[in-house]
Amino acid sequence: MEAYFDNSATTRCLDPVVDIVVKTMKEDYGNPSSRHGKGMEAEQYLRKSREIIAKTLKVKEKEIFFTSGGTESNNWAIIETALANQRAGKHVVTTAVEHAAVIQPMMYLKELGFEVTFLPVDGTGRISLEELENALREDTILVSMMYVNNELGTREPVEEAAALVKKKCPKALFHTDAIQAYGKYQIYPKKIGVDLLSVSGHKIHGPKGVGFLYVDEKAKIRPLILGGGQQKGMRSGTDNVPGIAGLGVAAEAAYQDFAAKQALLRSLKEYFSEKVATLPDTRINGPLGELGAPHIVSVGFAGVRSEVLLHALEERGIYVSSGSACSSNKTLPVSTVLREIHLDSKYLDSTVRFSFCTQNTKEEIDYCMDTLRELLPVLRRYTRH
Amino acid sequence: MFHAFLIKYGEIGIKGKNRYLFENALVRQIRHSLKTVDGEFDVYKEQGRIFVQCQGEFDFDETVEALKRVFGIVGICPMVQAEDKGFEALAEDVLRFLKEVYPEGNYTFKVNARRARKDYPMQSMEINAALGERILDAFPDTKVDVHDPEVLLNVEIREQVYIYSKIIPGPGGMPVGCNGKAMLLLSGGIDSPVAGYMIAKRGVLIDAVYFHAPPYTSERAKQKVVDLAKIISRYTGPINLHIVNFTDIQLYIYEKCPHEELTIIMRRYMMRIAEHFAKETRCLGLVTGESIGQVASQTMQSLAATNEVCEMPVFRPVIAFDKQEIVDISQKIGAYETSILPFEDCCTIFVAKHPVTKPNLKIIRRSEEKLKEKIDELVQTAIETTETVWIEE
Repeated sequence: MEAYFDNSATTRCLDPVVDIVVKTMKEDYGNPSSRHGKGMEAEQYLRKSREIIAKTLKVKEKEIFFTSGGTESNNWAIIETALANQRAGKHVVTTAVEHAAVIQPMMYLKELGFEVTFLPVDGTGRISLEELENALREDTILVSMMYVNNELGTREPVEEAAALVKKKCPKALFHTDAIQAYGKYQIYPKKIGVDLLSVSGHKIHGPKGVGFLYVDEKAKIRPLILGGGQQKGMRSGTDNVPGIAGLGVAAEAAYQDFAAKQALLRSLKEYFSEKVATLPDTRINGPLGELGAPHIVSVGFAGVRSEVLLHALEERGIYVSSGSACSSNKTLPVSTVLREIHLDSKYLDSTVRFSFCTQNTKEEIDYCMDTLRELLPVLRRYTRH
Repeated sequence: MFHAFLIKYGEIGIKGKNRYLFENALVRQIRHSLKTVDGEFDVYKEQGRIFVQCQGEFDFDETVEALKRVFGIVGICPMVQAEDKGFEALAEDVLRFLKEVYPEGNYTFKVNARRARKDYPMQSMEINAALGERILDAFPDTKVDVHDPEVLLNVEIREQVYIYSKIIPGPGGMPVGCNGKAMLLLSGGIDSPVAGYMIAKRGVLIDAVYFHAPPYTSERAKQKVVDLAKIISRYTGPINLHIVNFTDIQLYIYEKCPHEELTIIMRRYMMRIAEHFAKETRCLGLVTGESIGQVASQTMQSLAATNEVCEMPVFRPVIAFDKQEIVDISQKIGAYETSILPFEDCCTIFVAKHPVTKPNLKIIRRSEEKLKEKIDELVQTAIETTETVWIEE
């Protein structure tokens, strides 16, 4: 049996996504910037995807900009709004548990002379609105807060935070990294005061190498990538037609039968969480219920190194993450997010993330539980002293 | 302008009656190394010289890089070949050569002519003098300096005429395959690839064995070792890599033996298994990347303890090298960046906080007694399930 529980790292492309990617590579391969019919034909795919995505967010089509993925969207949103608005102030606020694609641009801003406040989180990974209120200043020009934490599944209070920012610093822009949230939540940026929102295609069963940034038409931002002037000069580079077409199809699918999918994901997560909690010496790190995303469960297994557990599960066809796949390839892969929630040290190096999608089944979870029950005692017997 | 190389070799020139064996090995290794280069090459021996002749278009830089990886080569001389059409034609070729290679025209030089064909109408000394005169006439800013010339112009008169002046240093050593074969214990670290490189430099063909311990070591750690083997195979030629699944042996030792002795006992079993494959593939010795005192398992006492289980000689080319010296070689051969990728190898996964540094052989043997119930069977299974991968660039 194979059980892919690493859907927060990436997902399998939907068949219709694959079909449209192939079609735009083999048949409708024109360059939208070309004046001839082939170009026009390709442009239709961009229009269509933009239309679908704008609808899911209830925003204008011209506010959607396609990028190479979540990392570019975050870099662009953070660096280029800060630079465009620096005359109004040089203070930026974010959280201590952001993805590296936010943290690193923030560090870059620091190098450029900006002041960055990293909001601390509680034991579940959630920021406090009070701390945010205290951090906001007259010269705050940008607040960036993730919608769902990629390692813990914690949902940050983005709506309340955005409202607070609009009230206290009406000029400041609010960005949210919604890479783990788009498709899992109905997010309407205009209604909640979010000015910029990043999304990645491959987390929602779309292709890798494509994503988008929503930019409110009133937000002041400069382009990150300069060149031939595509996408109104805001994001140059030949349009990634196959990726964008695939992203559109994936976005549409993500919000089809939304309530049913939500319920299914929630039930999988609950089913899994209940079972995993019965195993000895384990701990669920993120919040359960409404405060947690419907698809992510972070579990600490005391006395087992997460990397070893990961490989042992892999031998049985079960795929999970230790920490976050994007940050694992370092000498010390211990997650900063887990440190930020002051996780007991016995779970720090022993935490595994399970992330589900609607294609997963309860049978897969049962199989995973059986495997864990078999593996954990063995792995706990042999440890480094 | 260059379409051929004269290959200079050192040590193998002095090996008496076995010389042809070494030369043949060198020709073979050169041919092998040039396989990865765009272009067609003819490699041949002629009167105690080895030539690489390039047919048609070829990439000069890539060719030189490939030749620089062939052990046994001391110098690589890009040269111009010409038909022998008499002295006048020769002089013109020489002048054209100098004009192209040294366009500035202000250098000191010496002509070094050799004639392998004794029926050539002029003697070497006469050729030197006559060519020298023509060069001085053609390039008035040049000067003759017979003691320390900036340009040493070599002219060899054989079936054809060869002109060359530059010698690009080769790696030295002896051609791989002329000194037997050995089994390298390859880990994912810095030292063992360097050890493999060094032993191969002495003409030894290598195969390798890697101990894999899933799930404690990952597929990526294994891929890393395959990548390292590939990097050294650029120097050593193809490598047969034996990948041994060592987990069960390791866990059994963990269960039965004192924890501080785990690494030593584990290494003793690694040596035994490596020796098994070495014998099976007609190797004449084992090669490790051990260096005295580097870690607990590499003290003199520990080395003695692991050495004891082998009947074959164990060669340790970096035994007296400092870490930095090993790192330098690792960087030179292009293995370093791969070696430092952070994947755990099987020697460190269960390492004790305070492993023994001066193991007592009697005690180690007594501890190993505790394994006798199952260990032979586990070793046998490990050997039978070993996966062998052919590694070639």
